[in-house]
Amino acid sequence: MTSVTSAPSILPLTLDRVAYEVGGRRLVGVEWATIAKGRKTVVLGPNGAGKTLFLRLCHGLIKPSAGTIAFASGIRPAPQQHAMVFQKPVLLRRSVAANLHHALALAGLGYFERRRTSRLILNRFGLGDLADRPARVLSGGEQQRLAIARAVAVGPELLFLDEPVSGLDPSAMRQIEEMLVALHADGLTWVMTTHDLAQARRLADDILFFHAGRLLEAAPADRFFAEPATEEARAFLESRLFW
Amino acid sequence: MFGTFSLFDSAFVAIVLLSLKVTLTAVGCAGLVGLPLGAALALGRFPGRPVIIVIVNAFMGLPPVVAGLAVFLLLSRSGPLGGFGLLFSPAAMVVAQFSLVLPIIIALTRQTIEDLWGEYRDQLTSMGAGPLRAIPTLIWDARFSLVTGLLAGLGRAFAEVGAILIVGGNIAGFTRTMTTAIALETSKGDLPLALGLGAVLMALTLAINGLALAVSRLGARFAG
Repeated sequence: MTSVTSAPSILPLTLDRVAYEVGGRRLVGVEWATIAKGRKTVVLGPNGAGKTLFLRLCHGLIKPSAGTIAFASGIRPAPQQHAMVFQKPVLLRRSVAANLHHALALAGLGYFERRRTSRLILNRFGLGDLADRPARVLSGGEQQRLAIARAVAVGPELLFLDEPVSGLDPSAMRQIEEMLVALHADGLTWVMTTHDLAQARRLADDILFFHAGRLLEAAPADRFFAEPATEEARAFLESRLFW
Repeated sequence: MFGTFSLFDSAFVAIVLLSLKVTLTAVGCAGLVGLPLGAALALGRFPGRPVIIVIVNAFMGLPPVVAGLAVFLLLSRSGPLGGFGLLFSPAAMVVAQFSLVLPIIIALTRQTIEDLWGEYRDQLTSMGAGPLRAIPTLIWDARFSLVTGLLAGLGRAFAEVGAILIVGGNIAGFTRTMTTAIALETSKGDLPLALGLGAVLMALTLAINGLALAVSRLGARFAG
Protein backbone atom coordinates (compact mmCIF):
# COMPACT_ATOMS: atom_id res chain seq x y z
CA MET A 1 0.00 0.00 0.00
CA THR A 2 1.13 3.48 -0.74
CA SER A 3 0.81 4.57 2.82
CA VAL A 4 1.38 8.18 3.66
CA THR A 5 4.02 7.11 6.16
CA SER A 6 5.51 10.53 6.67
CA ALA A 7 2.22 12.15 7.61
CA PRO A 8 1.44 12.37 11.33
CA SER A 9 -1.29 10.08 12.63
CA ILE A 10 -4.86 11.36 12.30
CA LEU A 11 -5.97 9.25 15.25
CA PRO A 12 -7.57 9.30 17.72
CA LEU A 13 -10.81 10.56 16.25
CA THR A 14 -12.89 12.27 18.89
CA LEU A 15 -16.58 13.15 18.86
CA ASP A 16 -17.69 15.68 21.42
CA ARG A 17 -21.40 16.36 22.05
CA VAL A 18 -22.21 15.62 18.43
CA ALA A 19 -25.77 15.84 17.18
CA TYR A 20 -27.16 15.37 13.71
CA GLU A 21 -30.65 16.70 13.17
CA VAL A 22 -32.93 16.87 10.17
CA GLY A 23 -36.01 19.05 10.38
CA GLY A 24 -35.68 19.37 14.14
CA ARG A 25 -35.55 15.60 14.65
CA ARG A 26 -32.40 14.32 16.24
CA LEU A 27 -31.20 11.33 14.21
CA VAL A 28 -27.82 10.88 15.89
CA GLY A 29 -26.66 11.94 19.31
CA VAL A 30 -23.19 11.15 20.62
CA GLU A 31 -22.20 12.63 23.97
CA TRP A 32 -18.58 11.58 23.63
CA ALA A 33 -16.78 8.91 21.66
CA THR A 34 -13.28 8.17 20.52
CA ILE A 35 -11.78 5.94 17.87
CA ALA A 36 -8.35 4.91 19.06
CA LYS A 37 -5.41 3.99 16.83
CA GLY A 38 -4.95 0.31 16.16
CA ARG A 39 -8.38 -0.77 17.42
CA LYS A 40 -11.07 -2.70 15.59
CA THR A 41 -14.25 -0.90 16.50
CA VAL A 42 -17.65 -2.40 15.81
CA VAL A 43 -20.66 -0.12 15.79
CA LEU A 44 -23.49 -2.30 16.99
CA GLY A 45 -27.21 -1.75 17.12
CA PRO A 46 -30.52 -2.63 15.50
CA ASN A 47 -31.58 -1.31 12.09
CA GLY A 48 -32.33 2.38 12.18
CA ALA A 49 -30.19 2.98 15.25
CA GLY A 50 -28.11 5.61 13.48
CA LYS A 51 -25.04 3.48 12.79
CA THR A 52 -24.69 4.47 9.15
CA LEU A 53 -25.22 8.16 9.91
CA PHE A 54 -22.56 7.88 12.59
CA LEU A 55 -20.06 6.56 10.03
CA ARG A 56 -21.02 9.24 7.52
CA LEU A 57 -20.52 11.92 10.17
CA CYS A 58 -17.10 10.55 11.10
CA HIS A 59 -16.09 10.27 7.45
CA GLY A 60 -17.23 13.82 6.79
CA LEU A 61 -19.90 13.05 4.21
CA ILE A 62 -22.42 14.91 6.36
CA LYS A 63 -21.83 17.74 8.78
CA PRO A 64 -23.01 17.57 12.39
CA SER A 65 -25.72 20.02 13.46
CA ALA A 66 -23.89 20.52 16.72
CA GLY A 67 -20.70 19.44 18.43
CA THR A 68 -17.25 18.69 17.08
CA ILE A 69 -15.72 15.77 15.27
CA ALA A 70 -11.96 16.16 15.41
CA PHE A 71 -8.95 14.17 14.34
CA ALA A 72 -5.73 14.11 16.35
CA SER A 73 -4.49 17.53 17.40
CA GLY A 74 -6.74 19.31 14.95
CA ILE A 75 -5.34 17.68 11.80
CA ARG A 76 -7.48 18.13 8.72
CA PRO A 77 -6.77 14.83 7.01
CA ALA A 78 -6.40 14.48 3.26
CA PRO A 79 -9.25 12.54 1.63
CA GLN A 80 -6.94 9.55 1.27
CA GLN A 81 -6.18 9.30 4.98
CA HIS A 82 -9.56 7.86 5.89
CA ALA A 83 -11.72 5.88 3.53
CA MET A 84 -15.18 4.38 3.53
CA VAL A 85 -16.72 1.22 2.13
CA PHE A 86 -20.43 1.49 1.58
CA GLN A 87 -23.06 -1.13 2.28
CA LYS A 88 -23.79 -1.53 -1.39
CA PRO A 89 -20.47 -1.19 -3.16
CA VAL A 90 -20.50 1.59 -5.75
CA LEU A 91 -18.16 0.32 -8.43
CA LEU A 92 -17.44 2.27 -11.57
CA ARG A 93 -18.66 0.87 -14.88
CA ARG A 94 -15.15 -0.19 -15.79
CA SER A 95 -12.82 -3.11 -15.34
CA VAL A 96 -11.66 -4.22 -11.92
CA ALA A 97 -8.20 -2.78 -12.53
CA ALA A 98 -9.62 0.50 -13.86
CA ASN A 99 -11.59 0.93 -10.65
CA LEU A 100 -8.33 0.85 -8.75
CA HIS A 101 -6.58 3.08 -11.28
CA HIS A 102 -9.29 5.68 -10.83
CA ALA A 103 -9.03 5.70 -7.04
CA LEU A 104 -5.23 5.89 -7.24
CA ALA A 105 -5.44 8.72 -9.77
CA LEU A 106 -7.62 10.67 -7.36
CA ALA A 107 -4.92 10.11 -4.75
CA GLY A 108 -2.46 11.75 -7.11
CA LEU A 109 -0.45 8.75 -8.31
CA GLY A 110 1.17 8.82 -11.74
CA TYR A 111 0.42 6.39 -14.55
CA PHE A 112 3.06 3.75 -13.86
CA GLU A 113 2.67 3.95 -10.10
CA ARG A 114 -1.07 3.35 -10.55
CA ARG A 115 -0.48 0.20 -12.62
CA ARG A 116 2.11 -1.15 -10.21
CA THR A 117 0.07 -0.48 -7.08
CA SER A 118 -3.17 -1.83 -8.48
CA ARG A 119 -1.47 -5.06 -9.53
CA LEU A 120 0.01 -5.45 -6.07
CA ILE A 121 -3.29 -4.80 -4.35
CA LEU A 122 -5.34 -7.08 -6.60
CA ASN A 123 -2.90 -9.94 -6.19
CA ARG A 124 -2.78 -9.48 -2.48
CA PHE A 125 -6.55 -9.81 -2.12
CA GLY A 126 -6.93 -12.65 -4.60
CA LEU A 127 -8.50 -10.46 -7.26
CA GLY A 128 -5.56 -10.61 -9.69
CA ASP A 129 -7.29 -13.00 -12.08
CA LEU A 130 -10.29 -10.68 -12.28
CA ALA A 131 -8.31 -7.56 -13.20
CA ASP A 132 -9.74 -7.25 -16.71
CA ARG A 133 -13.30 -8.25 -15.88
CA PRO A 134 -16.01 -5.57 -15.74
CA ALA A 135 -16.37 -4.71 -12.05
CA ARG A 136 -20.15 -4.70 -12.20
CA VAL A 137 -20.49 -8.33 -13.23
CA LEU A 138 -18.51 -9.69 -10.29
CA SER A 139 -20.33 -11.63 -7.58
CA GLY A 140 -21.50 -9.73 -4.51
CA GLY A 141 -18.60 -10.99 -2.44
CA GLU A 142 -16.04 -10.15 -5.11
CA GLN A 143 -17.54 -6.69 -5.53
CA GLN A 144 -17.27 -6.01 -1.82
CA ARG A 145 -13.70 -7.29 -1.72
CA LEU A 146 -12.86 -5.02 -4.62
CA ALA A 147 -14.53 -2.10 -2.84
CA ILE A 148 -12.39 -2.75 0.24
CA ALA A 149 -9.25 -3.23 -1.85
CA ARG A 150 -9.97 0.06 -3.62
CA ALA A 151 -10.52 1.84 -0.31
CA VAL A 152 -7.24 0.63 1.20
CA ALA A 153 -5.23 0.96 -2.02
CA VAL A 154 -4.57 4.63 -1.34
CA GLY A 155 -3.13 3.79 2.08
CA PRO A 156 -5.62 5.20 4.57
CA GLU A 157 -4.93 5.03 8.27
CA LEU A 158 -8.58 4.65 9.14
CA LEU A 159 -11.29 2.73 7.28
CA PHE A 160 -15.04 2.95 7.80
CA LEU A 161 -17.12 -0.04 6.70
CA ASP A 162 -20.90 0.12 6.57
CA GLU A 163 -22.28 -3.41 6.96
CA PRO A 164 -19.72 -4.77 4.49
CA VAL A 165 -21.03 -8.34 4.58
CA SER A 166 -24.77 -7.79 4.61
CA GLY A 167 -26.43 -10.07 2.09
CA LEU A 168 -23.32 -12.13 1.41
CA ASP A 169 -23.07 -15.90 1.74
CA PRO A 170 -21.03 -17.38 4.63
CA SER A 171 -17.91 -18.06 2.59
CA ALA A 172 -17.83 -14.56 1.12
CA MET A 173 -18.41 -13.22 4.61
CA ARG A 174 -15.47 -15.24 5.94
CA GLN A 175 -13.20 -13.99 3.14
CA ILE A 176 -14.04 -10.41 3.99
CA GLU A 177 -13.56 -10.93 7.71
CA GLU A 178 -10.16 -12.50 7.02
CA MET A 179 -9.34 -9.53 4.83
CA LEU A 180 -10.25 -7.14 7.63
CA VAL A 181 -8.21 -9.03 10.21
CA ALA A 182 -5.19 -9.04 7.88
CA LEU A 183 -5.53 -5.33 7.21
CA HIS A 184 -5.69 -4.66 10.91
CA ALA A 185 -2.55 -6.71 11.44
CA ASP A 186 -0.88 -4.41 8.91
CA GLY A 187 -1.71 -1.39 11.01
CA LEU A 188 -5.09 -0.30 9.64
CA THR A 189 -7.58 1.00 12.16
CA TRP A 190 -11.14 0.27 11.16
CA VAL A 191 -14.69 0.99 12.26
CA MET A 192 -17.43 -1.31 11.05
CA THR A 193 -21.17 -1.25 11.53
CA THR A 194 -23.11 -4.45 11.88
CA HIS A 195 -26.19 -5.84 13.53
CA ASP A 196 -24.71 -9.33 13.51
CA LEU A 197 -23.82 -10.20 17.09
CA ALA A 198 -21.73 -13.24 16.22
CA GLN A 199 -19.64 -11.17 13.83
CA ALA A 200 -19.20 -8.45 16.42
CA ARG A 201 -17.97 -11.05 18.93
CA ARG A 202 -15.52 -12.45 16.39
CA LEU A 203 -14.00 -9.17 15.31
CA ALA A 204 -14.43 -6.36 17.78
CA ASP A 205 -11.88 -4.85 20.11
CA ASP A 206 -14.27 -2.07 21.05
CA ILE A 207 -18.02 -1.77 20.80
CA LEU A 208 -20.07 1.35 20.19
CA PHE A 209 -23.67 0.43 20.90
CA PHE A 210 -26.36 2.60 19.32
CA HIS A 211 -30.05 2.55 19.96
CA ALA A 212 -32.69 4.91 18.61
CA GLY A 213 -30.06 7.32 17.34
CA ARG A 214 -28.11 7.60 20.56
CA LEU A 215 -24.74 6.17 21.47
CA LEU A 216 -25.65 4.32 24.65
CA GLU A 217 -22.47 2.38 25.38
CA ALA A 218 -18.83 2.56 24.40
CA ALA A 219 -16.80 -0.27 25.91
CA PRO A 220 -14.15 -2.87 25.20
CA ALA A 221 -15.84 -5.81 23.50
CA ASP A 222 -15.27 -8.40 26.21
CA ARG A 223 -16.74 -6.13 28.87
CA PHE A 224 -19.67 -5.16 26.68
CA PHE A 225 -20.61 -8.76 26.00
CA ALA A 226 -19.99 -9.93 29.59
CA GLU A 227 -21.76 -7.15 31.41
CA PRO A 228 -23.65 -4.65 29.27
CA ALA A 229 -24.34 -1.51 31.23
CA THR A 230 -27.73 -0.57 29.80
CA GLU A 231 -31.04 -2.34 29.63
CA GLU A 232 -31.16 -1.73 25.84
CA ALA A 233 -27.81 -3.46 25.32
CA ARG A 234 -28.88 -6.41 27.47
CA ALA A 235 -32.07 -6.66 25.46
CA PHE A 236 -30.16 -6.48 22.17
CA LEU A 237 -27.71 -9.16 23.25
CA GLU A 238 -30.64 -11.41 24.20
CA SER A 239 -32.35 -10.63 20.87
CA ARG A 240 -35.39 -9.16 22.56
CA LEU A 241 -34.77 -5.53 21.78
CA PHE A 242 -37.77 -3.27 21.75
CA TRP A 243 -37.91 -0.16 19.58
CA MET B 1 -30.95 6.25 -64.08
CA PHE B 2 -32.62 9.17 -62.37
CA GLY B 3 -32.63 11.84 -65.04
CA THR B 4 -30.08 14.53 -64.18
CA PHE B 5 -27.62 12.14 -62.52
CA SER B 6 -27.42 8.51 -61.55
CA LEU B 7 -27.05 7.22 -58.01
CA PHE B 8 -23.43 6.35 -58.64
CA ASP B 9 -22.01 9.28 -60.53
CA SER B 10 -19.54 11.59 -58.88
CA ALA B 11 -21.98 14.47 -58.32
CA PHE B 12 -24.22 12.19 -56.32
CA VAL B 13 -21.35 10.75 -54.29
CA ALA B 14 -20.18 14.29 -53.56
CA ILE B 15 -23.64 15.17 -52.20
CA VAL B 16 -23.68 12.16 -49.90
CA LEU B 17 -20.14 12.81 -48.71
CA LEU B 18 -20.85 16.48 -48.02
CA SER B 19 -23.96 15.55 -46.03
CA LEU B 20 -21.94 13.14 -43.94
CA LYS B 21 -19.06 15.56 -43.50
CA VAL B 22 -21.22 18.51 -42.43
CA THR B 23 -23.41 16.49 -40.07
CA LEU B 24 -20.63 14.47 -38.45
CA THR B 25 -18.49 17.57 -37.95
CA ALA B 26 -21.40 19.47 -36.41
CA VAL B 27 -22.35 16.60 -34.10
CA GLY B 28 -18.72 15.96 -33.20
CA CYS B 29 -18.17 19.58 -32.20
CA ALA B 30 -21.49 19.73 -30.38
CA GLY B 31 -20.48 16.61 -28.46
CA LEU B 32 -17.13 18.07 -27.46
CA VAL B 33 -18.83 21.20 -26.18
CA GLY B 34 -22.16 19.74 -25.04
CA LEU B 35 -20.99 16.76 -22.98
CA PRO B 36 -18.91 18.77 -20.50
CA LEU B 37 -21.47 21.60 -20.44
CA GLY B 38 -24.30 19.16 -19.79
CA ALA B 39 -22.30 17.49 -17.03
CA ALA B 40 -21.43 20.84 -15.49
CA LEU B 41 -25.09 21.79 -15.56
CA ALA B 42 -25.92 18.48 -13.85
CA LEU B 43 -23.44 18.96 -11.02
CA GLY B 44 -23.24 22.72 -10.66
CA ARG B 45 -25.32 24.57 -8.10
CA PHE B 46 -25.59 28.22 -9.01
CA PRO B 47 -28.32 30.84 -9.15
CA GLY B 48 -30.27 30.77 -12.39
CA ARG B 49 -29.62 27.06 -12.94
CA PRO B 50 -33.31 26.14 -13.30
CA VAL B 51 -33.77 28.94 -15.83
CA ILE B 52 -30.85 27.67 -17.88
CA ILE B 53 -32.24 24.13 -17.79
CA VAL B 54 -35.62 25.35 -19.02
CA ILE B 55 -33.99 27.37 -21.81
CA VAL B 56 -31.82 24.45 -22.92
CA ASN B 57 -34.80 22.10 -22.90
CA ALA B 58 -36.85 24.59 -24.91
CA PHE B 59 -34.05 24.98 -27.46
CA MET B 60 -34.24 21.26 -28.17
CA GLY B 61 -37.32 22.15 -30.17
CA LEU B 62 -35.77 25.15 -31.91
CA PRO B 63 -37.21 25.30 -35.45
CA PRO B 64 -34.34 24.72 -37.90
CA VAL B 65 -35.34 27.66 -40.09
CA VAL B 66 -35.12 29.97 -37.08
CA ALA B 67 -31.68 28.64 -36.24
CA GLY B 68 -30.77 29.05 -39.90
CA LEU B 69 -31.99 32.63 -39.90
CA ALA B 70 -30.02 33.45 -36.76
CA VAL B 71 -26.82 31.97 -38.17
CA PHE B 72 -27.52 33.74 -41.49
CA LEU B 73 -27.73 37.10 -39.69
CA LEU B 74 -24.55 36.33 -37.72
CA LEU B 75 -22.55 35.34 -40.79
CA SER B 76 -23.94 37.71 -43.41
CA ARG B 77 -21.67 40.46 -44.73
CA SER B 78 -23.03 43.09 -42.33
CA GLY B 79 -23.39 40.66 -39.43
CA PRO B 80 -21.01 40.47 -36.45
CA LEU B 81 -19.13 37.50 -37.92
CA GLY B 82 -19.47 38.64 -41.54
CA GLY B 83 -15.76 39.32 -41.86
CA PHE B 84 -14.98 35.62 -42.05
CA GLY B 85 -16.95 35.25 -45.28
CA LEU B 86 -18.44 31.97 -44.19
CA LEU B 87 -21.99 32.42 -45.48
CA PHE B 88 -23.01 29.94 -48.22
CA SER B 89 -20.17 27.58 -47.37
CA PRO B 90 -20.09 24.15 -45.71
CA ALA B 91 -18.61 25.83 -42.63
CA ALA B 92 -21.77 27.92 -42.24
CA MET B 93 -23.82 24.73 -42.47
CA VAL B 94 -21.74 23.16 -39.72
CA VAL B 95 -22.34 26.21 -37.53
CA ALA B 96 -26.10 26.03 -38.15
CA GLN B 97 -26.33 22.32 -37.38
CA PHE B 98 -24.07 22.73 -34.37
CA SER B 99 -26.51 25.23 -32.88
CA LEU B 100 -29.40 22.83 -33.51
CA VAL B 101 -27.69 19.80 -32.02
CA LEU B 102 -25.99 21.43 -29.04
CA PRO B 103 -29.15 21.90 -26.90
CA ILE B 104 -30.16 18.27 -27.45
CA ILE B 105 -26.79 16.99 -26.33
CA ILE B 106 -26.62 19.34 -23.33
CA ALA B 107 -30.13 18.47 -22.17
CA LEU B 108 -29.78 14.70 -22.52
CA THR B 109 -26.30 14.74 -20.97
CA ARG B 110 -27.54 16.74 -18.02
CA GLN B 111 -30.30 14.25 -17.29
CA THR B 112 -28.04 11.21 -17.66
CA ILE B 113 -25.19 12.65 -15.60
CA GLU B 114 -27.50 13.91 -12.88
CA ASP B 115 -28.92 10.42 -12.41
CA LEU B 116 -25.47 8.85 -12.34
CA TRP B 117 -24.18 11.49 -9.91
CA GLY B 118 -26.99 10.48 -7.55
CA GLU B 119 -25.56 7.00 -7.54
CA TYR B 120 -21.86 7.93 -7.44
CA ARG B 121 -21.87 11.06 -5.31
CA ASP B 122 -21.05 9.51 -1.92
CA GLN B 123 -18.42 7.19 -3.34
CA LEU B 124 -16.65 9.87 -5.36
CA THR B 125 -16.85 12.42 -2.56
CA SER B 126 -15.45 9.83 -0.19
CA MET B 127 -12.51 9.25 -2.52
CA GLY B 128 -11.78 12.96 -2.61
CA ALA B 129 -13.30 13.90 -5.99
CA GLY B 130 -15.19 17.18 -5.96
CA PRO B 131 -17.87 17.90 -8.59
CA LEU B 132 -15.32 19.30 -11.04
CA ARG B 133 -13.09 16.24 -10.90
CA ALA B 134 -16.18 14.01 -11.01
CA ILE B 135 -17.23 15.32 -14.44
CA PRO B 136 -14.78 13.27 -16.55
CA THR B 137 -15.43 10.20 -14.40
CA LEU B 138 -19.18 10.52 -14.85
CA ILE B 139 -18.98 11.19 -18.58
CA TRP B 140 -16.83 8.12 -19.08
CA ASP B 141 -19.03 5.90 -16.93
CA ALA B 142 -22.18 7.13 -18.67
CA ARG B 143 -20.61 6.74 -22.11
CA PHE B 144 -23.03 4.10 -23.33
CA SER B 145 -26.08 6.10 -22.30
CA LEU B 146 -24.62 9.28 -23.71
CA VAL B 147 -24.34 7.65 -27.14
CA THR B 148 -28.13 7.88 -27.27
CA GLY B 149 -27.95 11.64 -26.86
CA LEU B 150 -25.36 11.89 -29.61
CA LEU B 151 -27.56 9.75 -31.86
CA ALA B 152 -30.55 11.98 -31.22
CA GLY B 153 -28.39 14.92 -32.25
CA LEU B 154 -27.13 13.07 -35.29
CA GLY B 155 -30.67 12.22 -36.32
CA ARG B 156 -31.76 15.80 -36.07
CA ALA B 157 -28.78 17.15 -38.00
CA PHE B 158 -28.94 14.51 -40.69
CA ALA B 159 -32.63 14.99 -41.40
CA GLU B 160 -32.60 18.76 -41.17
CA VAL B 161 -33.06 20.92 -44.26
CA GLY B 162 -34.28 24.38 -43.25
CA ALA B 163 -31.16 25.69 -41.56
CA ILE B 164 -28.57 24.44 -44.05
CA LEU B 165 -30.71 25.60 -46.95
CA ILE B 166 -30.71 29.14 -45.59
CA VAL B 167 -27.04 29.38 -44.67
CA GLY B 168 -25.64 27.03 -47.32
CA GLY B 169 -27.69 28.13 -50.27
CA ASN B 170 -27.92 24.67 -51.90
CA ILE B 171 -25.16 25.47 -54.38
CA ALA B 172 -24.56 22.51 -56.68
CA GLY B 173 -21.23 20.84 -56.04
CA PHE B 174 -20.47 23.05 -53.06
CA THR B 175 -23.22 23.19 -50.44
CA ARG B 176 -25.79 20.78 -51.85
CA THR B 177 -26.61 18.00 -49.40
CA MET B 178 -29.06 15.12 -49.62
CA THR B 179 -31.85 16.97 -47.85
CA THR B 180 -31.48 20.19 -49.80
CA ALA B 181 -31.24 18.19 -53.05
CA ILE B 182 -34.43 16.34 -52.15
CA ALA B 183 -36.20 19.63 -51.53
CA LEU B 184 -34.96 21.02 -54.83
CA GLU B 185 -35.74 17.96 -56.97
CA THR B 186 -39.20 17.68 -55.44
CA SER B 187 -40.01 21.29 -56.29
CA LYS B 188 -38.63 20.73 -59.78
CA GLY B 189 -40.91 17.72 -60.15
CA ASP B 190 -38.15 15.12 -60.40
CA LEU B 191 -39.84 12.83 -57.91
CA PRO B 192 -37.93 9.63 -58.78
CA LEU B 193 -34.62 11.32 -58.03
CA ALA B 194 -35.97 12.86 -54.84
CA LEU B 195 -37.26 9.44 -53.78
CA GLY B 196 -33.93 7.81 -54.59
CA LEU B 197 -32.08 10.36 -52.50
CA GLY B 198 -34.60 9.89 -49.73
CA ALA B 199 -34.00 6.15 -49.75
CA VAL B 200 -30.24 6.64 -49.51
CA LEU B 201 -30.72 9.09 -46.64
CA MET B 202 -32.90 6.62 -44.77
CA ALA B 203 -30.43 3.80 -45.36
CA LEU B 204 -27.52 5.86 -44.08
CA THR B 205 -29.45 6.96 -41.00
CA LEU B 206 -30.38 3.35 -40.27
CA ALA B 207 -26.81 2.19 -40.75
CA ILE B 208 -25.34 4.86 -38.45
CA ASN B 209 -27.89 4.17 -35.75
CA GLY B 210 -27.47 0.43 -36.03
CA LEU B 211 -23.72 0.73 -35.80
CA ALA B 212 -23.86 3.05 -32.81
CA LEU B 213 -26.30 0.81 -31.00
CA ALA B 214 -24.18 -2.25 -31.67
CA VAL B 215 -21.06 -0.51 -30.41
CA SER B 216 -22.74 0.71 -27.25
CA ARG B 217 -24.43 -2.65 -26.54
CA LEU B 218 -21.18 -4.48 -27.04
CA GLY B 219 -19.34 -1.96 -24.90
CA ALA B 220 -21.96 -2.11 -22.18
CA ARG B 221 -21.67 -5.88 -22.05
CA PHE B 222 -17.93 -5.70 -21.55
CA ALA B 223 -17.96 -2.78 -19.14
CA GLY B 224 -20.88 -4.00 -17.05
